[in-house]
Amino acid sequence: MVDQVSEICGSMEGLTLRRRKYLDKFLTREGPFTDPDSFMPGEPVIESLSRTKVLVIGAGGLGCEILKNLALSGFKDIHVIDMDTIDVSNLNRQFLFRHADVGKYKAEVAAKFVEKRVKGVKITPYCGKIQDKDEEYYMQFALIVCGLDSIEARRWINAMLVGMVDESNPDSMKPMVDGGTEGFKGQARVILPSMTSCFECQLDMHAPRAAVPLCTLATIPRQPQHCIEWAHIIAWEEERKEITLDTDDPEHITWLYQKALKRAHEFNIPGVTYSMTQGVVKNIIPAIASTNAIIAAAVCNEAFKIATNTNPFLGFPGTNNYMMYTGDDSIYTYTFEHEKKPDCPVCSTDAVARPLTVDGNSTLQDFLDSLAERPEAQLKKPAIRTEAKSLYYQFPPGLEEQTRPNLAKKLSELVENGEEVAITDPAFPLQFKYKLIFK
Amino acid sequence: MADLPPPVQGPTAKEKKYDRQLRLWGATGQMALENAHILLVNSGPGVVGLETLKNLVLPGVGQFTIQDSAVVSEADLGVSFFVEEEDLGRFRAEATCNRLKELNPDVQGHFVAEPVESFLTQPDSLKPYTLILVAAPIRPDILSKLSAHADASLVPLFYFHSVGFYSHFSIHLPPAYPIVETHPDIETTSDLRLLKPWKELADFAADKTKGLDAMAAEDHGHVPYIALLLHYIEEWKQSRDGKPPSSYKDKTTFRDEVIAKAARTNNAEGGEENFDEAVAAVLKSLNPPEPNGAVKDIFKTKECLALSADSASFWVIAHAIGQFYTKHGVLPVPGSVPDMKARSADYIQLQNVYKSKARKDVEEVVESVRSLERSLNRSTPIEEKDIEAFCKNAAHIKLVRGRPFHVVQAGETIKWGDRAKSIAQTLTFPGSLIPLYIAFLAWDEFAATHDKDALGGAPKVAGEGDSEVDTDNEKVTGIALKTLNDLVKEASASIEENELSTIKEQTGEFAQELVRAGGAELHNISSLTGGLISQEIIKVITEQYIPVDNTCIFDGVKSKTEVLRV
Ligand SMILES: [Zn+2]
Repeated sequence: MVDQVSEICGSMEGLTLRRRKYLDKFLTREGPFTDPDSFMPGEPVIESLSRTKVLVIGAGGLGCEILKNLALSGFKDIHVIDMDTIDVSNLNRQFLFRHADVGKYKAEVAAKFVEKRVKGVKITPYCGKIQDKDEEYYMQFALIVCGLDSIEARRWINAMLVGMVDESNPDSMKPMVDGGTEGFKGQARVILPSMTSCFECQLDMHAPRAAVPLCTLATIPRQPQHCIEWAHIIAWEEERKEITLDTDDPEHITWLYQKALKRAHEFNIPGVTYSMTQGVVKNIIPAIASTNAIIAAAVCNEAFKIATNTNPFLGFPGTNNYMMYTGDDSIYTYTFEHEKKPDCPVCSTDAVARPLTVDGNSTLQDFLDSLAERPEAQLKKPAIRTEAKSLYYQFPPGLEEQTRPNLAKKLSELVENGEEVAITDPAFPLQFKYKLIFK
Repeated sequence: MADLPPPVQGPTAKEKKYDRQLRLWGATGQMALENAHILLVNSGPGVVGLETLKNLVLPGVGQFTIQDSAVVSEADLGVSFFVEEEDLGRFRAEATCNRLKELNPDVQGHFVAEPVESFLTQPDSLKPYTLILVAAPIRPDILSKLSAHADASLVPLFYFHSVGFYSHFSIHLPPAYPIVETHPDIETTSDLRLLKPWKELADFAADKTKGLDAMAAEDHGHVPYIALLLHYIEEWKQSRDGKPPSSYKDKTTFRDEVIAKAARTNNAEGGEENFDEAVAAVLKSLNPPEPNGAVKDIFKTKECLALSADSASFWVIAHAIGQFYTKHGVLPVPGSVPDMKARSADYIQLQNVYKSKARKDVEEVVESVRSLERSLNRSTPIEEKDIEAFCKNAAHIKLVRGRPFHVVQAGETIKWGDRAKSIAQTLTFPGSLIPLYIAFLAWDEFAATHDKDALGGAPKVAGEGDSEVDTDNEKVTGIALKTLNDLVKEASASIEENELSTIKEQTGEFAQELVRAGGAELHNISSLTGGLISQEIIKVITEQYIPVDNTCIFDGVKSKTEVLRV
């Protein structure tokens, strides 16, 4: 008996067993909420968890936490994508990086660190853009976990995953678990592409900030931010056109700061600081370790439940799929079901054109500009066509040149009242359909 | 004015590293964080405490100390990020302290590997710490000792659980914990005094709206909306016995019939932005500048009324502002003005109207404070910037009445006191997590009555061994249901029979899920809970934002939290 025990203890198997002491309570025991049809306690779930291949998108504030959490939740085969390098301002929360790592690729440093700390986990980094990869690449994963700070990247991966769904092949549906934070606030959500509300359906939860009108910047600034935006958008173009603005170059920020300060003095506006200049120009969002920890863990908790069925997960069709978190005034969460939009340009199978009231006297250019601020569209480089003709295309240059004169024309000259237009953007694999109604 | 702006003071290395958090709690918050020394009394798998410290070491807390008598085991390597293989067999306190220190060279870390029992018997052993964290399970006599220390020395105490998919923490704050910098939502904070304008503001409005109807288009479209509203309120009053629009119906009439119709539409845009802003501001800005009840209550507290030479400066300033309120019927003007369509010079002029009034009000409060200081014989004067900050945020100050949380003693009935009625009522709300809180109390009672080695040492938790799950389940569920009954009895609550049986069923399920864990922490739940606790610690240390009062529960099955005061 004693010999047997020492044999097991000495073996690799005994070692993993002892490491899994806590995790195994959940992998081997049923609970009051486990579903007997989907939860297979013991070897089956232990085996399938260790074989689950998961992709983490982003190795920043959320990504560092996510990699640590997944590694300590029993996932063994983790891939991570991030194109960024480490900056000194990351160190207050991205705990896998040290001062000596500044300038190196995040994905590489993070993967190496977690692999060293948590034995038996394989983490494969890719230092580049998600757009570099194709359907075949994404098809190899069972689960995608996103910790991104950019809406554009989320829209892209969402459209990719929805597009991959092939109804005859259940493995083509890749659950996507997504987290985001801003200061003391954040959200975690589960998307089952094509089955539940997708990121595009939920886009209006991230309404774009209204831009300050150009004429305010140019003629009647009132706030220190107006002076900074003026330096950023107008003064740089006028005086340093030949130099490409690099918001990470202290010399460039200093130049903008001094320009903004001088303008603020002229208009008697107080409050321009270096830190504010940096904040406005780089569109800095405050970020702290605690919120990242909360959201990343909420996201990984769902990923773990999806992979193991140790308890019900968010996102099962017809149940809650979205958790909103606020932590500045006490602690508050709101967990609800965000419903699929029947007219979603990405996940709806037969999207009908939404009616949109427009001024027939406004120009095509005005209309395209307004798309950037529409919460459900947020397109920066849209192309537009009707059933019959191309109205405006950004690419290729030949077509751009050919369609450019349309920009100055009135909408009523280009389309009939009630006619449908289709709008696309080279950054996203999706299409919006609007039925234009003149007011 | 000089042609060239002053030379740039670029950010320091520290400002660069902490940039993203300084944008939230500023240099004063950071300084408070750097002066803090946190003690973690660790036990069990011990992950929550370490994840909490991680989120405090990264933003640069001054010092931390880990008390933990456990030795690093294989099981730790499977759940904790702050131990490595080479730490096996070492004291966990030392290993985790060293791994955490690696995160930030600005932070000092210490460890205590002796058992908590003997650690606490040393005189002044808790003296160095400004905040204490205690992980469950812990023996009730130790927790009582720490709770008594929190009471006597006013040191904030946090007690927490992370058991499987569920977690909990309670905060024991001092009995009077006031906050000035609550960081209210900017949208809700502008106090423009449109129904009670002072002379300079009324003059400004009259000046900017002189000959309004005959103004050239360019001028008409640039009159600041505050001046427009004041102008039309004046007109309205003249035809209504001097009464401003006050009822909801009055305000919508004022908005739709007066303001909206006064906008010029015979231009290219078909309207005027400043009038649009005025329309949008009517409902939220035409309110009498009355402070909310919670703020007025602060002026009536015993701490505010009975000042002494060593009252905290908060109370002296609050007393002075209370006097200001009694005299003027309003709080000091905060002095900020939202951005609006206006010419630069007009906007700056308007800003100055508000700022000078705010400055004048501050001066009056400073004078009262100084006179109080003299009559109380206080030795050090309160800094003027503190008085100014208080005046600016007077409408949003907050007082938290800290209180001890439940310490479960073996065989003793839990007392809910003045909270019994309210808790029993909340119990019946659908989806309430109070049954989970009760299950945690039962889990504590189980630990209080079961020892690992029958020698009165470390507590044994429910469900550790596979063969004990069923009997432990019965025990914990039994305790939980008794606790539930005692609560209903103490509150003299009448809960419908079928409602009560649903609550009992939920309590049983929560207890069962806790026992399933057998004392195991899931890394995700512990990391999330460490995130919540560290956030609350930052609020408590910086005295900014509003902390949880006083208990928070997390349900990782449903992914939701609930805050309750026990
Ligand atoms: Zn969709």
